[in-house]
Amino acid sequence: MRWMWIDRIVELQPRERLVAVKHVSLAEEHLHDHFPQRGDRPAFPVMPMSLIVEGMAQSAGILVGHAEEFREKVILAKVGKAEMSREATPGCTLRYTATITHLDSVGASTKGLIELIEPSPTGGGTPEPVGAIDLMFSHLDNNMGGQKFPEWNFVFSESFRTLLRSSGITT
Amino acid sequence: MTRDEIYAKVKDLLVDALAVDDEDVTPTARLTADLGAESIDFLDIVFKLQQTFGIQIPQGELFPENLSQHANLIKDGKVTPEGIAMIKSKLPHVDFSAWEKDPVAKKLAEVFTVETLVRYVERKIAAK
Repeated sequence: MRWMWIDRIVELQPRERLVAVKHVSLAEEHLHDHFPQRGDRPAFPVMPMSLIVEGMAQSAGILVGHAEEFREKVILAKVGKAEMSREATPGCTLRYTATITHLDSVGASTKGLIELIEPSPTGGGTPEPVGAIDLMFSHLDNNMGGQKFPEWNFVFSESFRTLLRSSGITT
Repeated sequence: MTRDEIYAKVKDLLVDALAVDDEDVTPTARLTADLGAESIDFLDIVFKLQQTFGIQIPQGELFPENLSQHANLIKDGKVTPEGIAMIKSKLPHVDFSAWEKDPVAKKLAEVFTVETLVRYVERKIAAK
């Protein structure tokens, strides 16, 4: 099972944009270590920024992969920018909007908006922009180094297909 | 678009792509040795040039394709005269004069300067 850092795709405009959500839960073990109680300092559970980058990379990676019907092996090549102005705490929802800014046979670049939805007493909430993550992806089989890779697409494995199905993107 | 306008846009995109300071980007600055570009940054620069100037950059037209795939073009770590002739014909916007005196294959990336990019864009826009 691959580590999945998005729970559902809520919108997909092929070759343009994808919106996904991630619910931050205190049941996730890593939150207990990030950060644990130490001495007089109480525990401070927050979603690690590295995993938020991974969530955006999965969102944008699916968008780029979908553009060529998942024939390409889409690999995260570069994190151009990753900024976040506030923490995502348990009970919050992260909303990732990835937009393609460039796409060709060699790879793609994407812009990403992170919004945070703090739950209201009735469960809803208003998305608040809290950060930006810009990424670049390489289509592995068309890499500039000319290196060869296995034929089967090891990037878009079963966990991605399950996510696409459970989000209603594929049947 | 004037040469100065092209230079200003190239400068901005390099500051963004390579996370360098504005004053570090000079016409003679080498992308690798002076501005710290790594191999994947070359792809990023190609993407950004295409977006900024609305041009198409086929693979191998701005930067050379991987020479190590062609064993006859490199001998004892140096690019052979045939290899030099080939890359010069494919990359007319590049000044190879200093490098070709000692054409070490691994140092080929050092010929690419900010000026190289400006010259390439200038040619592409003129050919439109």
